[in-house]
Amino acid sequence: MNHPSPLRRLLTIHLPALLIVLLSIGPFAWLALTALTPSAEISARGVSLSPAVWSLENFNRLLLHTSFTGNMGHSLIVAAGTVVLGLLVSVTAAYSLSRFRFPSRKLLMLQFLLVNMFPVVLLILPLFIIMRWLGILDTHLALILANATVAIPFAVWMLTSYVDAIPRSLDEAAMIDGCSRLQALRRVVLPLALPGIISTGIYIFITAWNEYLYALTLTGRNVRTVTVAIQTLIGEFQIEWGLLAAGGIVGALPVVLLFLIVQRRLVGGLTQGAVKG
Amino acid sequence: MSIADAEALDAPRPRARGRRALPYWLLTPAVLVTLLIVFAPMLLAIGTSFFELVLFRPKATHFIGLGNFVALMSDPVFWSSLWRTVLWIGLTVPAQMLLGLVAALILNQQFFWRGLARALVIIPWALPSVVIALMWRWIYDPNIGVANDLLLRLSIIQTAVPWLADPGVALYSIIVTLTWQGFPFFAVMILAALQGIPKSQYEAAAIDGASAWRQFRHVTLPGIAPVLATAGLLRVIWVANSIDVIFVMTGGGPGYATHTLPLYAFVKARQNLDFGYGSAIAVAFTLLLGVFVAIYIARTMREVER
Repeated sequence: MNHPSPLRRLLTIHLPALLIVLLSIGPFAWLALTALTPSAEISARGVSLSPAVWSLENFNRLLLHTSFTGNMGHSLIVAAGTVVLGLLVSVTAAYSLSRFRFPSRKLLMLQFLLVNMFPVVLLILPLFIIMRWLGILDTHLALILANATVAIPFAVWMLTSYVDAIPRSLDEAAMIDGCSRLQALRRVVLPLALPGIISTGIYIFITAWNEYLYALTLTGRNVRTVTVAIQTLIGEFQIEWGLLAAGGIVGALPVVLLFLIVQRRLVGGLTQGAVKG
Repeated sequence: MSIADAEALDAPRPRARGRRALPYWLLTPAVLVTLLIVFAPMLLAIGTSFFELVLFRPKATHFIGLGNFVALMSDPVFWSSLWRTVLWIGLTVPAQMLLGLVAALILNQQFFWRGLARALVIIPWALPSVVIALMWRWIYDPNIGVANDLLLRLSIIQTAVPWLADPGVALYSIIVTLTWQGFPFFAVMILAALQGIPKSQYEAAAIDGASAWRQFRHVTLPGIAPVLATAGLLRVIWVANSIDVIFVMTGGGPGYATHTLPLYAFVKARQNLDFGYGSAIAVAFTLLLGVFVAIYIARTMREVER
């Protein structure tokens, strides 16, 4: 193999890679710069690129003078609740779909795949009617249930492929040693599937945290999640871009960090399972 | 057959039946919850679409059969929204795929900061749609937005463009945003597929004297074609459904300039509280989208067959 010159590598590899990375993080970096520039400066001279001008004014205002931390709490409850509900019902379902062959297996798998494709807009109106009737509008439960419409089918498919990757001979061995099916699931399969369960849980957390339309429609006064709250930062008379940008950065930071932590494992699972992104 | 097996055959039935029911028991919670929160609402949505139902006039609710759908057929906004939905999908998905392919080809090369680059490129995928929408509204701001600023400085445009306020430009501006949001998904999928192509195929092609373009055409493309098809279908469904970015960026305006079908259904129900008509639009949209869903499911279930 002949090695291309450093200059050639710079032009054909490093430069294009740098451009594509800049394209990806550029807008978010711009948002960060906006958040760091004091509001008065933005309206006078625009976003500042010089660190001398930067301040935490917008972040201070966001955390001390708005209800944003409370909104983060609501988002946390909703996202964590969705993870618990989603994983709880999906783990046994995935084990069943992976380990047993029974007449309606394909139909049930198809059902979960189909559910994953349902337009939000088809479900959002009837969910509103049902939840109003049940009197659970504007509660955490309402959002957890609504988010579960996406989380459960996703988790079932992801976990089925993770459990598939664990050799059957392991649970068979455990059963020969006197374990029942459920004991084999709990003592052998669950620990081995744990990394998969965790990354599925984190992905559910991210989607539930990012969810907007259900939160806008099914909750409002008592329960206001981050995604809905960010929009209210926009200000009544003129758009407060600095404050808004700070809200965007703080609101997105938890999921961006989580995503970076699990991305490698998750990408493997997603590309195999080919489930909804 | 050993004696033990014979005895097992004669063993009491209930245990065996219990074991046969086990897979169903394990599935019950998940199936039950999805029936309650997905299928029941879906049936209710279909039911609602046959009613005149405006939320602030509950007493006037009555069955009108296909009335909503008949009204839909002569609703000019329905047809223009349908056309924009086609345009929306037809431009966004190919743009995402192309940009994703380029990104994947770049990131598939060997360089020392490849891991970092791959992690950073998928950041748009993780961001909340609301943050993306507001961020791009800021970028597109007609007075102090960075898009106008940059393009003016580079003399690509002569006067500031009101990206989201001009009915002729707004939809395309949002398509750019959605392309940005969605290309990392394609990049990741295509990257995985690229890594699955055996090196020997490229070596063989190089020995035969194939140019880089011919290698791409005859080795790379066939290698990633199945992934392009699956990811493309998935994305058609996803892009068609995604209304949060449009809703936050323009709310469907100016006028109806950025209405897609699902957004029309949502806005109709949200602003006029006209749940009957809104449900009818949503049902019509779901039926149209059903074609793509059916193709995707048929493909995926074929892979499941084992």
